[in-house]
Amino acid sequence: MNPQMKDVRDFLSLLSIASGVSGYEFSIASLVREGFKEFSDEVQHDKLGNVYALKRGNKDSNKKIMLAAHLDEIGLIVKKIDSRGFLQFTSIGGTDQRTLLSQEVLVHGNQAIPGIIASLSPHLFDKMESSQAVKMEEMIIDVGMPLAKIQEVIQVGDIITIKRQIYSLLNNLIAGKSFDDRAGVVAMKVCLEELSRLKHSHDVVAVATTQEEVGARGAITSAYTLNPDLAVTIDVTHACTPDLKGQVTIDLGKGPTVALGPNIHPAIYRHLVDTAYFHRVPIQIEPIPGHSGTDAWPIPSPPYRMIWRECYVIKES
Amino acid sequence: MLLKSLSELNGTSGAENLVRNFLRQTIEPFVDIISTDKMGNLIGMKNDSLSGPKVMLAAHMDEVALMIIDITGEGFLKFRPVGGIDARILVSKPVQINNSCVGVIGAKAIHLQKHTERQNALSCDQLYIDIGAKSKEDASSKVKLGDYAYFTTEFEPFGDGLYKGKALDGRVGCAILAELLKNDYDFPLIAGFTVQEEVGLRGAKVAAHHLAPDFAIILEASVADDMSEGAEDGWITELGNGPACSLMDRSTLYSAKLIQWVTSVARQNGIPLQFRRGSGGGNDAGSIHISNVGIPTICLNVPCRYIHSFASVISEKDYRDCYDLVNALLKELPNFFEGSSINFAKEDKS
Amino acid sequence: MDMDFRILEQLTQIFGPSGSEEQVAEFISAQISPYCDEVISDTLGNLLAVRHGTGKKIMVAAHMDEIGLMITHIDKEGFLRFTPLGGVRTANLVGQRVKFNTGRIGTIGVEKLAKPSDFKLDKLYIDIGAVSQNEAEQIVHLGETAVFVGDFVEVGSRIMAKALDDRVGCFVVIEALKRSKSTNELVFAFTAQEEIGTRGAKTAAYALEPDLAIAVDVTATGDTPKDHTMSVKLGSGVGIKVLDRSLITPPQIKRWMAGVAAERNIPFQWEVLEYGGTDSGAIHLSRGGVPSGVISIPTRYVHSPAEMVDRSDVQAAVDLLVSLLEHPPD
Repeated sequence: MNPQMKDVRDFLSLLSIASGVSGYEFSIASLVREGFKEFSDEVQHDKLGNVYALKRGNKDSNKKIMLAAHLDEIGLIVKKIDSRGFLQFTSIGGTDQRTLLSQEVLVHGNQAIPGIIASLSPHLFDKMESSQAVKMEEMIIDVGMPLAKIQEVIQVGDIITIKRQIYSLLNNLIAGKSFDDRAGVVAMKVCLEELSRLKHSHDVVAVATTQEEVGARGAITSAYTLNPDLAVTIDVTHACTPDLKGQVTIDLGKGPTVALGPNIHPAIYRHLVDTAYFHRVPIQIEPIPGHSGTDAWPIPSPPYRMIWRECYVIKES
Repeated sequence: MLLKSLSELNGTSGAENLVRNFLRQTIEPFVDIISTDKMGNLIGMKNDSLSGPKVMLAAHMDEVALMIIDITGEGFLKFRPVGGIDARILVSKPVQINNSCVGVIGAKAIHLQKHTERQNALSCDQLYIDIGAKSKEDASSKVKLGDYAYFTTEFEPFGDGLYKGKALDGRVGCAILAELLKNDYDFPLIAGFTVQEEVGLRGAKVAAHHLAPDFAIILEASVADDMSEGAEDGWITELGNGPACSLMDRSTLYSAKLIQWVTSVARQNGIPLQFRRGSGGGNDAGSIHISNVGIPTICLNVPCRYIHSFASVISEKDYRDCYDLVNALLKELPNFFEGSSINFAKEDKS
Repeated sequence: MDMDFRILEQLTQIFGPSGSEEQVAEFISAQISPYCDEVISDTLGNLLAVRHGTGKKIMVAAHMDEIGLMITHIDKEGFLRFTPLGGVRTANLVGQRVKFNTGRIGTIGVEKLAKPSDFKLDKLYIDIGAVSQNEAEQIVHLGETAVFVGDFVEVGSRIMAKALDDRVGCFVVIEALKRSKSTNELVFAFTAQEEIGTRGAKTAAYALEPDLAIAVDVTATGDTPKDHTMSVKLGSGVGIKVLDRSLITPPQIKRWMAGVAAERNIPFQWEVLEYGGTDSGAIHLSRGGVPSGVISIPTRYVHSPAEMVDRSDVQAAVDLLVSLLEHPPD
């Protein structure tokens, strides 16, 4: 693995393990600021926590290109502590409740406290009900402490993240949480690094946005603040898996995807595809008929969306 | 720590060798005879030459796991559970196959699911393990049909005086049994570390038949479902209230007389005791108590939350209390045998 | 200064569904004018009041509108069909009395249903006692809106009335305004059309460009029999919002609000709401973003004719707002 790849992998692992749920991105934002500093002229943040890294162009141009990738991950939040000391919770962003049972988590109270997500009713012996997914309202988090001890360290409103490490799979693939969209953030860092070796005319601002998972909120305000001439969103997309044959035509390892559709300006799309071919960068085309479901949607000036899937990065888990 | 080592070893029904080897090394200095029978049960015997009732202690070595039953063209692994696993806990979790390969259990991605689909639990048929293989050939170089995938949970202290880890159902009993073997008792003692409990109490059947003990104590972990508010009357067992003595399960109706004896020994020694209040489930006692002409059997359980899932939880105090109780029972056993009639299986109706 | 709950009583009884908030604005304007430098109305009907000062510009928002039913059809027999303005729950309607701006009262009836699952809004109608289409057309016209009839009643330490959402919020802001000794630049926005999409708040925030915003609105509770799981209880203090569907309160805002409350011994409770939104949802995304929080008044039976709050929670809300305005974050 070449040194740049290794750096990328290390930075991605660092970001993946860190916690930054929508609205609570501050700790990971500081990691990103540090990561961007080396290859930017200026790094700042705004009132919503978006991180901006500016790389000035060499022309006296007043044109601005915005890159956007989101910092936040979906997570959970404590909504009530019951009389037995178990935590009831709800989600921030769209969690599939079926991935939650038996999951180890961290409850970010006064300190990060380990917990386990369990079902309120003993599901094991009741075969009749096992075709129904256990609903989030029927789940609790067990932190293994009596109520009095819990009240010293945990409150309603505390954030909960999935406890997950990075797993190395075959063929240079890695599995971990929050690659959506920390992979995009890492891609932006690589971009800044490459830019520092090249001459480029226009200013580029790489924005690590907040609260994308709850409605692209960071993108709304950052687009207003920057008012860019051109914007590129870098997000994740779904690669083919066994039950998606025919529904999804994107494969892992075949290069990043370039999106095509109403959210994407046709001239920019053409330019991206042509550039990729010219520089022999493998890409895949991803048609998106409507709302792209990413930061690109609220960005008003002509945006286009390049989905980066570095060939050795894998799935969300 | 013994329980930590045992919890982190991988060994499912029919593939208990790593656990068996570890236990063999652990108990060897403390037993007179050690052997492995044809089923794979590890048997240790102390004081074989002494007269007196032959007492068997049993705990099972196997844990629930997933067996690889197919490799798809793209290199994904299809599987089936070994033992009772609720498929609803599986999706998105990491697993370890053999001692080398790590994979993640996957299903169709959430964005692509219809909202209504999320109300339906995913069954094993809809799940697969992704090890990052490029193709069937690639996957086949690392994994074979019939290999097992295990939970990867680390055993750790948890919360306030608790432990969490995988495979506590079974390994908790093995740990207590291994520790008890360090003590000396005045009668022949057989330690039976059984196999294949999770798939039908199969090892125990064979062991009991051959060994023909006069008395058996099964050491297990039992469901603790003490999470629901205001439902104390419905809980099966509760963490922190001491070992739970079984009353009845689907495979055994335990003798009231024996249960009375356990209760009085616990009380005399100041050891907390609760009762396992459910009647579902089963364990090695099921095979043992109806073996040959019948064997008086009791079952003591360490309460365990989230049994058969990635992260089970027990209380350290319950673990220690269970050990103390069994130790006290073993010390009392000679008196019990002297004082009662020959046929232990009959209940005292007075 | 003791709180004058008669002002709250009057506020709840004023006719003011989304889009027709003028009378509420008039009443509030009369209350607050002596305490402000400027009071103006904008295009959407927001009432904006400014108190000049220095340092951070703080915007306080409470919405004037209540939910209502807009008449879409007058049938041949003089019965009225309607569409909801805001989150009207069908279950809360049958048998209720509603009132038009003219004072005319009607009741809500329901057609015969083939099966219980047919019970939907389009099976309901309003009966204003007209004997014919002609008579009905003299009394109401299409596009006119009716609101619930729900007298203001004191029940023990609690208050029951229609439109506590969000007239109680307006009341809290008015009372805080009168008491505040803050030297900051303060802008009070009594907003329009919150119930149909926080629309007034959008334009108000854009115009005012605050540095910081606090909305004052009601929230649900989890303390009635077999309720949704929620930790908020009536009488346990003013709510400090952690999140709802429109806003994740920034951690530093949460800390500031709770810190001030704790320092002044104002009883408060954390509020996590799994649905719903407030004006802060719109304000915080205005222009380049505005750090925003919400003071929540615990309320049972929201969007019914008999919403219920606890007097001590309302008092705590006023105390908290006054303290926050006097101790803005650094």
